Amino acid sequence: MGIAVRCENLTKIYDTSEQKVVALNSVNLKINLGELMMLVGPSGCGKTTLISVIAGILDQNSGLCELFGENLLTMKSKDKLQFRATQIGFVFQAFNLLPSLNAAENVSVPLIINGVKRDTAKQQAIEVLERVGLGERWKSYPNQLSGGQQQRVAIARALVHSPRLIVCDEPTSALDHTSGQNVMNLLKEVAVHKDRALVIVTHDARIFEFADRIAEMDDGHIVNMR
Amino acid sequence: MNYIAIKMLMGDKGKYIGIVMGLTFASLIMTQQPAIFIGLMARSYSFLSDVGLPDIWVMDKKVQFIDDIKPLQDTELYRVRGVSGIEWAMPMYKGMLKARMADGTFQTCNVIGLDDTTLIGAPPILLEGKLEDLRRSDSVIIDVDGATEKLAKPPLVDGDKKIPLKVGDNLELNDHRAFVVGIAKVTRTFQSQPVIYTTYSRAKSYAPRERKLLSFVLVKAKAGENIHELTERIRANTGLAAYTQQEFMDLTYNYFMHNTGIPINFGISITLGFIVGAAIAGQTFYNFTLENLRQFGVLKAMGTSNWTLLRMILLQAVLVGSIGYGMGVGLTALFGYLMRHSILAFKFPWQLLVFSGAGVSLICMLAALISILKVIRLEPAIVFKG
Repeated sequence: MGIAVRCENLTKIYDTSEQKVVALNSVNLKINLGELMMLVGPSGCGKTTLISVIAGILDQNSGLCELFGENLLTMKSKDKLQFRATQIGFVFQAFNLLPSLNAAENVSVPLIINGVKRDTAKQQAIEVLERVGLGERWKSYPNQLSGGQQQRVAIARALVHSPRLIVCDEPTSALDHTSGQNVMNLLKEVAVHKDRALVIVTHDARIFEFADRIAEMDDGHIVNMR
Repeated sequence: MNYIAIKMLMGDKGKYIGIVMGLTFASLIMTQQPAIFIGLMARSYSFLSDVGLPDIWVMDKKVQFIDDIKPLQDTELYRVRGVSGIEWAMPMYKGMLKARMADGTFQTCNVIGLDDTTLIGAPPILLEGKLEDLRRSDSVIIDVDGATEKLAKPPLVDGDKKIPLKVGDNLELNDHRAFVVGIAKVTRTFQSQPVIYTTYSRAKSYAPRERKLLSFVLVKAKAGENIHELTERIRANTGLAAYTQQEFMDLTYNYFMHNTGIPINFGISITLGFIVGAAIAGQTFYNFTLENLRQFGVLKAMGTSNWTLLRMILLQAVLVGSIGYGMGVGLTALFGYLMRHSILAFKFPWQLLVFSGAGVSLICMLAALISILKVIRLEPAIVFKG
C-alpha cells in the first residue's frame, strides 16, 4: 500500500500585526492510498489549515508535506498549479458550485482547467453525473437542486478528472442526516479507490463510521489516531 | 475558460444589466455633452463654413470674431482689389437689423448683403425660389428656420401653430419693405437669429445711415497664387486684417473659447460626467468581481493560474465595456437624430467616438485592474471558509 500524504513536523503560524497564531504545531501524519481518513476536532484546532497545506493551497512555515512523493513547498508555482489541477479534487462545505453554470458545466470545470475541450469535457461530466445519480439533471442549475444534489454535483466535480487525492471540507454539515448519509455512501462507493486517498474534515460524528482512520486534532496537534 | 468567464458575467442577469447600464450611462454622458459643446462651438463659425467661394476674408484689424463687425469705408474694397494676385474681391454687409412682425413685435435678424452683380456669399442651399430673384425690387431670401420659427406669422386661431413665412410674403426691415423671394437652408448660427439675404446696395438702404457699412471684403486668389502669401500682401498693402477661411474660423472659435463661459461650463459638465460615469461603472464592475471572489477562489484552488483569471476578468471588462459603449454611443446618436430639427446644437464627429471609446476603455481597464489585483492577491484557502 503506497503513501499518498506524508507530513512531518508540519508547522503553520498565522502572523498578524496583533498576534501570532500557531495553527499547526509539528503535525505528523501519513495517509495511505485507498484510505479514507477523517480529521476531526473542535473549531480552530487546525483541521482546515492542515487540509489547505495538504492540498497545496497554503504554504507551511516549516516541516515537510509530501503528496505522492512530491514536496509541494519546493515546487515551482506553475508546477504546483498543474499538480493541483491534475492530482487533487475538492469537495467544499458550501458546495461552491458556480451558480451561472449548469450541473454538467460545473462538473466539467476541472477538465477545462486541464485543457480538455468543452464538448468532450461536457460528455465526460455527464457520465460522472450518471455515476452519482444525477444523469438526468445535468442541465439543472445549482439553484434548481437540493443541498444533497448540489453536494453530489460537487463530488462529481471532484472525481471527473480522476485525481489521486480528494479533499473534503465538512461535506455533510450543510445537509440533513439522510442526505449526509447518502453523500457519504456515495463518496465511499465512487471515490474510494486503491490508487486514491480521501481526506475528510468533519465535525459530524454521524459519519465517523465511514472512516478507515480518524485523526483527532486539538490546538494544532494530532492528539489521537484511531 | 473564456466560456466560463462569459457565463459568470451573464449568469446573473440583474448584475449584468446593472454593469452594462452603468457603462451605457457613462458612455452616454461622455458623448452627449461634448457633442452639444462641439455643436455649439461649430455654430460660432457656421456662417463662415456656409460661404465657400472666397479664399480670404478682409476686415478691420480690430475684428475679433465673425459677429464682431467693425465696418469699413467702401473705398477699402478698391484698395483690396488693387493688390496683385487677386482674381476678384467682393463686398459683403453683415449686420443685425430689426424686422417688424405682422403682430407688431420686432425680431432682430442677421442681414447679409451680397455683391449686387455676382451675389457671392449666397446661401448654400435654396429650398424655394431662385437666387437671381434677389435682383428684383425689395427682394430678400430668408432662412427656413427663421421662416418657420422666429419670423413666422401668428396663427389665425389662438392655440394653433404659427404660420411659416413663405415666398411672396412681405416683412418690414427698419421701416423698409422686404419681399420674400426665396427660402434657404443655412447652418444655424451661435445666436440662432433668422438670416436674411439681400443685395449689398439694398442692405445698405436697410441699415441705419452710417459713414462706413462695408463689413467684409471677400477675396478669391488667382489660380496658382499662394494663399498665405496673398494674405500677407493684402495686410501689408491695405493695413487691414486678412485671414484665410480657416484662420478666420480659428479666430472666431478661439474668441468663444477664451472670452465666454461656454468651455468652462461644458468642461465641468463633461468632467463631472466622466467622473460620475467612471465611478458608477468602476464600482459596479468591482462589486461584481468582489461578489464573485469566492468563485474565483474555487477556480484558483482547482489549479487555475493567475494569468488565466486575469484573462477572464479582462474579457469580462472588454465585453461589458464594448456593449455599454455601443449602447451609450447609440443613445447619443439617437438623441442627436431626434433633435435634428430642433434648435439644439449637436455635432458628433468621429473624434468624439475615439474620445469616448478611450474614456470607457480607461474606466473598464481601471475597474478590471483593481479587480485583478484583488483576485491575484486572493488566497485560494478562502474556499474552505464556510
